[in-house]
Amino acid sequence: MRVVLRNPRREVDVAGNRRVKDVLRELQIIPETVLVIRGDDLITTDQMVRDGDVIELRPVMSGGTR
Amino acid sequence: MKCRKCGDAAMIELRRHNTAFCAADFQEFFRNQVREAIRKHRMFTRHERVLVAVSGGKDSLALWDVLIDDGYDTAGLYLDLGIFDYSVESKAKCEAFAARRGVPLIVSAVADEVGAPVPVIKQVTRRPPCSGCGLSKRYLMNRVALDHGMPVVATGHNLDDEAATLFGSVMHWRMEALPRQSPALPARHAKLVRRVKPLYRLSEQETAAYAFVRRIDYIVEECPFALGATSIAHKEVLNRMEADSPGAKHNFLFGFLDKARAAFEQAEDVVLAECVRCGQVTTGTVCAFCKLSDQVKRAAAGAGDV
Repeated sequence: MRVVLRNPRREVDVAGNRRVKDVLRELQIIPETVLVIRGDDLITTDQMVRDGDVIELRPVMSGGTR
Repeated sequence: MKCRKCGDAAMIELRRHNTAFCAADFQEFFRNQVREAIRKHRMFTRHERVLVAVSGGKDSLALWDVLIDDGYDTAGLYLDLGIFDYSVESKAKCEAFAARRGVPLIVSAVADEVGAPVPVIKQVTRRPPCSGCGLSKRYLMNRVALDHGMPVVATGHNLDDEAATLFGSVMHWRMEALPRQSPALPARHAKLVRRVKPLYRLSEQETAAYAFVRRIDYIVEECPFALGATSIAHKEVLNRMEADSPGAKHNFLFGFLDKARAAFEQAEDVVLAECVRCGQVTTGTVCAFCKLSDQVKRAAAGAGDV
């Protein structure tokens, strides 16, 4: 399955047929720091993703102060 | 995972609330959190016109969306920071949102007001870009609100923003910053408007999810100057704590607001005056914005001499 990452935009291929939370763990992404988007919908981390799926992991962090 | 309210498939899990919602019930949860913030801190009434500071990002556009739907009289304020393509795109997002919702948008350019855009201010001051940017934003938001007769400015600061700011203030024991850390700052001078943060009860993920399910077209790309910003590093620390202990950020911020902030408030004793140059409020003789503007103009004149 394909995972679309942002900032910068890039794509990685990972194994499917497992839960979103397992994909996030492999990519070392904290669930609360992204939206998980499949098609036009948000999905929760307990959802299964299949080999042919494409999901976007859209970061939610913003702002900058030094 | 099922929606806690209706039992349909959930689209977002909120671990800190130990719950999950479908799209429709999440929107209602989100709006109720904003309503509770406005009510609890008496941020504004339905008879007051609210200036909503919008950046084109998820937070400020989500806030504006909620306020419009709840019937508040609002105008948006977009401050054009002049940060390359980022500003061009974020301005376009704000203009498109305002047009779609049929609400007024005021645009003010930092380059016109200060004499140069944020990237040049960064070079001239030799300070981090967020410094001159934040100063200009606070000044211009207040002045635009005053000029348009609006008593309050609402910003899209969320729970993560506020927790990260508090974390930074505590790490450096910025005693002057702690009493000012509040979801609602009253107008302490005739030339200062109220500043409120109606999203302070909602996390960054929640505002992003709201913007997504409402199909708000916001700028996902981050400000190029935010890379390496201290506040981002603080957010990452807090996110790791949140991952191990859901609710950590909420407890940190709300614990401060409920139990500790009052103790620091007593320590603040600042005399406010009016800047002899522009008439806006300052603690000195000439305000920081005028000093910044002078510095930029001197640099431009010096460059012209060469």
